[in-house]
Amino acid sequence: MSLPALSKYVQAFFETLLMVGTSALIAISFGLLLAVVLTITAKNNLYPKPRFHRGLSATVNVFRAVPFIIMLVALLPVTRFLVGTTLGTWAAVVPLTVNLIPFYARIAQVSLNEVDPGLIEAARAMGCRRWHIVRHVLLPEALPGIVGGMTVSVIAMINASAMAGAVGAGGLGDLAIRYGYERYETRVMFEVIVILIALVSIIQLFGERLSRRLDHKH
Amino acid sequence: MNSVLNIAALVGVEASLPPPPSPPLVKPAGAGFVSAAAGRPHLVFERVSRQYASPAGPVHALREVSFTVARGEIFGIIGRSGAGKSTLLRTINALETPDTGTVAINNVNVGSLDEDALVGLRRRVGMIFQHFNLLSAKTVRDNVGLPLRVAGIAPEQIRARVDALLDLVGLRDKADVYPAKLSGGQKQRVGIARALVHEPEVLLCDEATSALDPESTQAILALLRDISSKMGLTVVLITHDMAVIREICDRVLVLDHGRVVEQGEVWRVFGDPQAQATRALLRPLQHGLPADLAAQLVDDLHDSPGDVLLSLRFNGAAHPQGVSLQQLALLGPDATLIHGGLDRIRGHAQGNLLVSLPVASWQAGKARGVFGFGNSKDACNGADFIEVLGYVPART
Repeated sequence: MSLPALSKYVQAFFETLLMVGTSALIAISFGLLLAVVLTITAKNNLYPKPRFHRGLSATVNVFRAVPFIIMLVALLPVTRFLVGTTLGTWAAVVPLTVNLIPFYARIAQVSLNEVDPGLIEAARAMGCRRWHIVRHVLLPEALPGIVGGMTVSVIAMINASAMAGAVGAGGLGDLAIRYGYERYETRVMFEVIVILIALVSIIQLFGERLSRRLDHKH
Repeated sequence: MNSVLNIAALVGVEASLPPPPSPPLVKPAGAGFVSAAAGRPHLVFERVSRQYASPAGPVHALREVSFTVARGEIFGIIGRSGAGKSTLLRTINALETPDTGTVAINNVNVGSLDEDALVGLRRRVGMIFQHFNLLSAKTVRDNVGLPLRVAGIAPEQIRARVDALLDLVGLRDKADVYPAKLSGGQKQRVGIARALVHEPEVLLCDEATSALDPESTQAILALLRDISSKMGLTVVLITHDMAVIREICDRVLVLDHGRVVEQGEVWRVFGDPQAQATRALLRPLQHGLPADLAAQLVDDLHDSPGDVLLSLRFNGAAHPQGVSLQQLALLGPDATLIHGGLDRIRGHAQGNLLVSLPVASWQAGKARGVFGFGNSKDACNGADFIEVLGYVPART
């Protein structure tokens, strides 16, 4: 068996970027929205809706509890409905996104909850409406944590994208499994892992820098 | 241009009326609306009660609290922690809602306002906080400008107003700095600028100097006094520190376990405190009996030689200008001033002097009637109260 050509690596790399990038973009937007809703509907918060909050929170837990590989299969009908196929890179975007939304929502929720209640009180006292408070207080004050959470989420997603190879999505993880594991080409596996380490390190470094830059608390 | 009109103009911006070009920030002292409306209470509290649920059962934060605050005065609310002051202050801008009773500003019941009206009210009632509560993610300029921004005021107007306010609090050069880079006193100045940016008629101060060092505390209190007189602002402040009350308040209300136990003009309350809670709060500021003297004190000398220890109290009512040395001299050439002092509070000199006097002179003086009193609690020598604290036996 011959080793994969360089173009295989390049293709896998871009498949991973495409899969992770698209899923991250969608999941982080919806996850952040979900986090804001979870935060402000909590008891004693801006729009207290305790029953709704409990229901939503329980739903998030359900989605977080399901292992990704099971979700990948369970979501096949949804994927077919949304993408038109259950195979390929785009098909992997659906389960990756669904998997990440609740994960990221919880991370962002922690940052939003850490915003000093005194700031919210001050905003109310200065005549802010509730959406002003979300816009000018909650989100900007939690931003360093929200960005930090993005870093964690994107990296977790690169990890999960390896499993997406199971639906023929391609990508680096898939390359490592197919050549490295199934064909005993250990060298390919190591090479892919080195690429993944580099990718993760770059994202981590960039995320940390950005987060620090946005943080004016010290 | 008076303040009522300025506020109307600012609020009018929301209704897309063109505002006048940067209205003057500081009104001449005693201008128009202050004197016109003087006398009518600005804030009226009627039987305000508030209760919280706690694991140990309901807690009465406020019980039937009634009082009024006059326009343009600096009104202090003092009490120990947990006395309910914070809750009481927050009923004014409806951050807290009373269970029963009403709070009215300019005869408008705060509890009757819907959310829109409440937003309008809060723009006329500024508030500053113990921990400043500045947004860490915004610069000083954006912090001060935020109340205007959410009110939909044009950016160039916000900029002019913010600059004027930063000048007022002396922080123009820090406009583009983030709050984390400022000292506590500077942060509170930003807080004050933010609270004043809508030209409010009321300023609420929630322990505004409790987190500051003594020097910054003095500076912030001076600034508050200054702006309140320049802008004709009604200031309501809460504190647990009587020194703050003495420094800037006109009147004070003492809260204990949610009840009003005492209220009145600051100099009266300081000169002659009635409630136990007030006395406890005043104790750190008063010249009490020093411990070393207290240890030597006996109730009776049993005809052996020694000194009598007298406490002369001046409450500032009969002799607001001060204590005449001539009258003090009536205590005789043997009298020794050992501890004490006078403070001038709102033009009333008051305080406490401890005097020791040989028992022989004391009895002779009493016999001649030079102290002008029959029993030891009567007015004498310009003092409003004279009290025999005890006797110190002569050293043998």
